[in-house]
Amino acid sequence: MNYGPLIFLAAFFALAASWFQFVLAPMVQLGSLPQTNTLTGVTYPLARPGEAAQGLQVYRANGCAVCHSQQVGQRGTVFEVELTAAGTNRAAVAEVLGALQPGLGSGAAERLLDSLPRTWLRVKDKETAEGAQKRLTAAGAKAQVGIVPTGPDIARGWGKRRTVAEDFIYDDPVLPGDQRVGPDLANVGGRLPDVNWHYRHLYAPRAEVADSTMPPHRFLFERRKLGKAPSPEALRLPPAYAPEPGYEIVPRPEARALAAYLLSLRADAPLFAAPLTAPLPAPTNAASAAGASTK
Amino acid sequence: MSQPRASTPLPASGASATDLSCRLPGLALFLAAALWLLFGSVLALLASIKFHTPNFLADPAWLTYGRIRPAAGGAFLYGFGMQAGLAMTLWMMARLGRTALAWPGLVMAGAFFWNLGVAAGVGGILSGDSTGFPALEFPSYAAGLIFIGYVLMAASGVLAFRQRREREVYVSQWFLLTALFWFPWIYSTAQMLVVLGPARGVLQPLIAWWYSANLLTVWFGLVGLAGLFYFVPQAAGGELHSRYLAIFSFWTLTLFGSWAVAPALAPLPAWITVWSRVATVLLVLPLLTVMLNLHGTLRGRCSLLRQTVAQPFFQAAIPGFAVALALRILGVLFDAGGLLHLTWFAPAVAQCWLYLFFAMAMFGAAYTILPRLAGRDFPFPALVRAHFWLALLGGALIVAPWAAGGWLEAARESDPAIPFLAVVKSTLMFLRISTIGELLLALGHLVFLVNLGSLVARLCKGLAMTALAEATAETRPAEVRA
Repeated sequence: MNYGPLIFLAAFFALAASWFQFVLAPMVQLGSLPQTNTLTGVTYPLARPGEAAQGLQVYRANGCAVCHSQQVGQRGTVFEVELTAAGTNRAAVAEVLGALQPGLGSGAAERLLDSLPRTWLRVKDKETAEGAQKRLTAAGAKAQVGIVPTGPDIARGWGKRRTVAEDFIYDDPVLPGDQRVGPDLANVGGRLPDVNWHYRHLYAPRAEVADSTMPPHRFLFERRKLGKAPSPEALRLPPAYAPEPGYEIVPRPEARALAAYLLSLRADAPLFAAPLTAPLPAPTNAASAAGASTK
Repeated sequence: MSQPRASTPLPASGASATDLSCRLPGLALFLAAALWLLFGSVLALLASIKFHTPNFLADPAWLTYGRIRPAAGGAFLYGFGMQAGLAMTLWMMARLGRTALAWPGLVMAGAFFWNLGVAAGVGGILSGDSTGFPALEFPSYAAGLIFIGYVLMAASGVLAFRQRREREVYVSQWFLLTALFWFPWIYSTAQMLVVLGPARGVLQPLIAWWYSANLLTVWFGLVGLAGLFYFVPQAAGGELHSRYLAIFSFWTLTLFGSWAVAPALAPLPAWITVWSRVATVLLVLPLLTVMLNLHGTLRGRCSLLRQTVAQPFFQAAIPGFAVALALRILGVLFDAGGLLHLTWFAPAVAQCWLYLFFAMAMFGAAYTILPRLAGRDFPFPALVRAHFWLALLGGALIVAPWAAGGWLEAARESDPAIPFLAVVKSTLMFLRISTIGELLLALGHLVFLVNLGSLVARLCKGLAMTALAEATAETRPAEVRA
């Protein structure tokens, strides 16, 4: 029997289906993904500054993505009711608080109202949070509903929300990584904002993180003889990692670019695709935006 | 002095023409594949030692972990895997079509470009030109050479299929023919949209994932299964149990294998990751049908096996296939938080698939085909057994610790109370065990190369002796037997 044409068609169909599904359709959906607005109305993302963009090439060339991911996961969200002001009718507000949280005595409710603004309630569903907010508002208090992403990555401080397609629009290449031999770097610039920390860590990881398993990247640095005065950018290393007297370690351009790139890694803007509410200290602007985003 | 040729146990007419036409390309491709295999496993061993002491070989940029691990992967995938797979494909296309390999010179030219491409690619990664995308790291200048080499070699395989004298098409032939056409499509798509004219944003990693799923699951799966479906029934002295089950396996593997693309946490629209997860689970269909088919083929015939040196490799490749797919499916089913694919579990699954299934099948194919091509047995049969045990133990000592370590890693990583450094350190013991595995693999590959090299050397010596005998015989015609 001659199955040839049939088999060829079947294989062609399988590959074509996969190609339409995972190449063409995503191209249509994401191929011209525009900049977006954050919930606070700022344009996002902005292209990385030139040195950081060069640093991405150093990141690529040395295979940093072999060990480091740039994708924060999120398991869900919780909704917070944030009380910002008790208003004029404290007794009514305290009564509502007591009704919503039966164990709360009136004395405790009063004390709570003295320590505003604060997050008061944390619930899984939006309806409960909005119901509570409405009752508090009706009683004259100022309250808002906040969205807080949750999950182990977020609890570790690796990010405030999950990573989304919008975070990578201007990068080339885009290297979200496949493995976490080291920590996630999606927000490393926000987490570790000191450029000198990054220099020391790249040069001798164990100088900054005891027992680090990261290999040192000494080839990104230059060991040179001290001139009349030490270079201002020379690394201040602990004695165990310092060069012998009369020498100093200075970052090469690659190290400077890589550090600039690492500092530019901040994917924590609140987006409609991945909403989160700015933490309490600046609650006035976020209130309306957060309300809109829960729709 | 013409003993060597006289002693060659070449089979009669058709096979002999096939084997003779495949001799040079087959031996050259397998020899180059063995060289890259050893080279890649030495790099992988060096990378693994860095988990014992991160300071090991840290000063030269080209030996940093982030370069040698992708380089080891590239040498294995393109240097060994695809090259050995193509060698087996070409021989099988000619053999099953009862024809000679079309244009062996074309294959040799293709092999030249291919190996040049792999060398440029591995060198490019080591010198910092990697594209950064897993399985697609070779820079564009290497990719061009690779593509030309592939097209030249594949053309010969397709021609052999066109010229076949046996009109009945065997299962393995469509597996291989499909694989031959699959690679140019996926490679050109990936090169154009990821490397040459990069697409925007996350499309780049998505298309790279799509490419690597197609290459690893579909191409390597099809070629490995073509080997098993040919050599296992042959060794068992019977026929493949069911052609229809094989059609079903073929269809489901190509369809779902090429859909099981994106990992769970990837920053992509949810429909892509969900679709990928569903497709991964549906890979249970090719898993079950292939196992049923091979079980039916071997039922009641196991006592007939174990007659050739190659047989243990095929016997190991069958569970290798099953375990790799089963682990992959379990990994998706029990990965509630999506963290598992970011741990050592994912490389464990890939290693199981590529080594314990695919490479084992290719070793079996090499030990079956090459003696036919060379017209003589491998010079050191004991080394074949040593290679088998080194490969099996080494592979298991990599897959098992990585899988177990990865599973624990995911469990600990999902508890934010455990600091991440503690999570990393808890995997170190497993990684250090896998260094033994890498060492055993490297030793096994050395043994393979020595055996194969001696086979080729003896063949060359034999051919030279014969040629010499023939040349000298002309001057003294009286001494030639009447």
